[in-house]
Amino acid sequence: MSETTAAKIPVTVLTGYLGAGKTTLLNRILSENHGKKYAVIVNEFGEIGIDNDLIIGADEEVFEMNNGCVCCTVRGDLVRILDGLMKRKGKFDAIILETTGLADPAPVAQTFFVDEDVQLHTRLDAVVTVADAKWLSERLKDAPEAKNQIAFADVIVLNKIDLVSKPELAEVEARIRAINPYAKLHRTERAQVKLSDVLEQGAFDLDRILEIEPEFLEAGDAHDHDHHGHDHHHGHDHGGVKHYHDEDMQSLSLRTDKALDPTTFLPWLQGLVAAEGGKMLRSKGIVSFVNDAERYVFQGVHMMLEGDHQRPWKDGEKRESRLVFIGRDLPEQAIRDGFANVIPA
Amino acid sequence: MSDFDPLQEQASIVSVTDRVRPVTIDGAVVAVHFLGDKAAFVGAEENVWLVDELGQRAVAVHNGGILCTAADDQRLLIGGDDGKLVELNRNGDVTLLATDAKRRWIDNVALHPDGAVAWSAGKTAFVRSAKGEVKSLDVPSTVGGVAFAPKGLRLGIAHYNGVTLWFPNMAAKPEVLEWAGSHLAVTFSPDNKFLVTAMHEPALHGWRLADSKHMRMTGYPARVRSVSWSAGGKGLATSGADSVIVWPFASKDGPMGKEPGMLAPLKAKVTMVACHPKQDILACGYSDGTILMVRMTDGAEILVRANKGEPVTALAWNAKGTLLAFADQTGDAGLLEI
Repeated sequence: MSETTAAKIPVTVLTGYLGAGKTTLLNRILSENHGKKYAVIVNEFGEIGIDNDLIIGADEEVFEMNNGCVCCTVRGDLVRILDGLMKRKGKFDAIILETTGLADPAPVAQTFFVDEDVQLHTRLDAVVTVADAKWLSERLKDAPEAKNQIAFADVIVLNKIDLVSKPELAEVEARIRAINPYAKLHRTERAQVKLSDVLEQGAFDLDRILEIEPEFLEAGDAHDHDHHGHDHHHGHDHGGVKHYHDEDMQSLSLRTDKALDPTTFLPWLQGLVAAEGGKMLRSKGIVSFVNDAERYVFQGVHMMLEGDHQRPWKDGEKRESRLVFIGRDLPEQAIRDGFANVIPA
Repeated sequence: MSDFDPLQEQASIVSVTDRVRPVTIDGAVVAVHFLGDKAAFVGAEENVWLVDELGQRAVAVHNGGILCTAADDQRLLIGGDDGKLVELNRNGDVTLLATDAKRRWIDNVALHPDGAVAWSAGKTAFVRSAKGEVKSLDVPSTVGGVAFAPKGLRLGIAHYNGVTLWFPNMAAKPEVLEWAGSHLAVTFSPDNKFLVTAMHEPALHGWRLADSKHMRMTGYPARVRSVSWSAGGKGLATSGADSVIVWPFASKDGPMGKEPGMLAPLKAKVTMVACHPKQDILACGYSDGTILMVRMTDGAEILVRANKGEPVTALAWNAKGTLLAFADQTGDAGLLEI
């Protein structure tokens, strides 16, 4: 699959709650001198003042797939637009899709998983979520869309940090990490992020998924280093569910250094996402299998899961399996027990 | 891609490849139609190439991508992402028929024998009568396909969760045929008894118009992109599998409870089908570039083009059934005189 990836046109999904700064970021991407041409899919014309790029209006039409699963949805308008844009392949290098502030990123991501024609010609590069440092904590309490956008993000642009104090910033970052520990996070004012930090991320590319996330699942450990002077959390559960009392969304991470057996691990994983698909927003993992020289990588959106061998384990590389699940009201103990059951004795 | 070579594996297959006149189109071809004896190869962007024995010439029809086409023997309708609907006639004259007020993409087009045309942009379907009067109808979601019924001025409009049947000249409320899912291309059977849609999922759905009875036509490994009624409308040939799937429509129940015919199996997916206008013969193109002619009565095959690796994206007969035109996604094309 990696051979064809290069020829596919990358699509960056730009999301974020109303007023977070999506359009500011989009304007920067389009006006900066980067020598690339973008096709831009937006909901509202006129918001962005550019002339030369290919701009298409979208409807955000969400279709249920007829497999009896209500969480399996695709963006019908996106299928249509991407199909049409492929006629003009060669006129642009990449596609940027700006969603409305209230949009759920799941149907967008799933479109790239399930639609054969979309898969053939394009690849989802990353979901980039712009978050408002000042108001995100409030939105996480009252707006499920804002939570979904954080949960789905591969890259989070935490904007307007000039409007908050240091403790407020730490608080909002902790909230983000409680939901999504593996997204790359950039702190910005006026969406002044390096474009190389948001574009060409390859976050949905199984071959690159972990190359660009060297600290995959390390984030939870990493920020403990700031805790000098705080109470020590002896015995606190590394990689466990971190709850805020008002949060129904959380991440759960698992790891083991025992090589797993694909004949028991994969059915468990598939069963888990099938059973919890509605609540399971995203899943990602890197797996070390018994007698397997290559790393196995998977990722999923709701019930949809894809996985493949990625590359050989490097000499001296720690062979361990690391998984993360992000979802709503996930049955943590049952998942931990299930995982424990598939770890060979 | 398969390295299957029908010439070697099926030594008995008859070939007319040496009678094909090669045509080279500058760019991807998304459709081909005949205007009389001129083949009109529709490019992915901007141009249509008119080709006959005297040569070929490009005609600029759009300022941008070409999204949809429909043709009869006289004219070719073309909708583009520049929001324009244009008509090309046999002489190569281009007429602008409509420009979308909001510059939306023209996603679908259809032609009526009396001169009326239909098109859609977003959720709105438009009909322009032969006299030039334009009427429009909004449906619940983006239009996936439009088709005129063979009798009267009636338009079938496919969309999410069904098809709306609209008489543009009548005040009556449009009738809606419901079926969950996203409906794309829509076609009426030539006898006006059945309506069939190709769905977003790899399936067809049909209705018997007399009683709205459903017909599910499933089992495809890929989405059905190309459908064609056989001469007289007895069968509906379809792409989407590794053989041509032909659904029987000769009886009053259509394909209900019947198995479809499966013709010309190959180790590649059928991408285009085009039934001969007068005889029980069809042409089919595959994802590996193969093109065959198949006799529908016994499945006998004639090789028109050997597998060359690029998917066939355009296939059409002229109205008399004496010429077959084809092209692939790189613009490698050909004309065959029968």
